[in-house]
Amino acid sequence: MLQKIYDWIDERVDVTPIWRDIADHEVPEHVNPAHHFSAFVYCFGGLTFFVVVIQILSGMFLTMYYVPDIENAWRSVYYLQTEVAHGQIVRGMHHWGASVVVVMLLLHTCRVFFTGSYKKPRELNWMVGVLLFFVILGLGFTGYLLPWDNKAYFATQVGLEIAQQVPFIGDALRTLLAGDPTIVGAQTLARFFAIHVFFLPAALFALLGIHFILIRKQGISGPL
Amino acid sequence: MSEKKQQVTRRQFLNYTLTGLGGFMAAGMLAPMVRMAIDPVLQESGAGDMANVGLAVEDITNEPQRVDWTITQVDGWYESEVTKSAWVFVNENDEIQAFSPICTHLGCVVSWEGSEEYPDQFFCPCHNGRYYKDGTNVPGTPPTAPLSVYEHSVENGMLYLGQPIPRGEA
Ligand code: HEM
Ligand code: FES
Repeated sequence: MLQKIYDWIDERVDVTPIWRDIADHEVPEHVNPAHHFSAFVYCFGGLTFFVVVIQILSGMFLTMYYVPDIENAWRSVYYLQTEVAHGQIVRGMHHWGASVVVVMLLLHTCRVFFTGSYKKPRELNWMVGVLLFFVILGLGFTGYLLPWDNKAYFATQVGLEIAQQVPFIGDALRTLLAGDPTIVGAQTLARFFAIHVFFLPAALFALLGIHFILIRKQGISGPL
Repeated sequence: MSEKKQQVTRRQFLNYTLTGLGGFMAAGMLAPMVRMAIDPVLQESGAGDMANVGLAVEDITNEPQRVDWTITQVDGWYESEVTKSAWVFVNENDEIQAFSPICTHLGCVVSWEGSEEYPDQFFCPCHNGRYYKDGTNVPGTPPTAPLSVYEHSVENGMLYLGQPIPRGEA
């Protein structure tokens, strides 16, 4: 059945070369844990992506219940956590996944560093990786405010103070992030929500796209 | 390797195992999310409490009268007061009738004798839908079903109304 649907499409559109080009290539021996167990360090990039996928999916589902409004944000999170079947699990996935993403990302970065994979011709992809790192930190920072509990509020207060320390543009930067020069409130929450759910994910997708295209073009770096 | 014909090749076996494993992981990831998303569909509809609508039974006449009352509605994390309405009267058999004013065509609000041209009928101004006094829709007008009937009870001489129950197509 599936094979027939695939053949029907393939006959008309010739999709096989497209996905072959993306997916069908050999895993070199030195990155295959079946040959050298220590090659598992090459899995960290893929694991980071896997956790990012979990974050995106669980985040999309959380948005079905979450409302970015100071009157209702906490209550909507409380409701989804206590009243909605499996809400606790999905929120848990997003909550813990946010930390696991950063851990995986750091392990991946260490692998790239210690195998020297950032060297010519792959400098560009290292830079893209650094941007990805900041985007993911940004997602963690903006997401942390969304439950609108005490921890969220005061953590953001501190985060904004840090932004304010930037020379010359600090004050403007804080206002830009918080929506107000002094208050952490209604406007801050709305902004952080927009940044967390639209702007940074869009940047994340673009950067991941470039990251993967570059890997496909340049191939994985050689053995040590 | 024996001469025997192979039922499943090594490649097929690995394909099936990997697809199964991948499917299992994807399912484990998606199951809680999907269960959470469809939760509203699976919620038991809270058997509606009966509300005192502030109308004494002795004040109910043969003439349908409109009663409005407010209930506390719990909508997820949001509680609010909402107003509900009914048309209440006693019919020829001395039975209390309480009709929902929601037109069964497309949901406008009907009124008793809402049109001068049709006395003794419920009238919906949106598309000239009409209902007889017993709530059945007048054939040839847009509504396709009679007005819904509120569950009702009487306590200490006061009228209590619950949920509007749809009557089938007529
Ligand atoms: C790498 C990607 C992401 C990271 C690191 C991340 C991080 C976070 C963090 C730390 C929180 C606070 C959770 C808590 O304290 O319980 C959060 C909340 C939230 N995130 Fe994300 N997030 C990511 C992607 C997304 C995406 C793509 C969406 C939506 C499309 C999303 C929607 C939400 C929502 C609605 C909340 C509020 C609900 C809650 O606090 O449980 N997130 N996020
Ligand atoms: S909504 Fe009442 S007649 Fe159409």
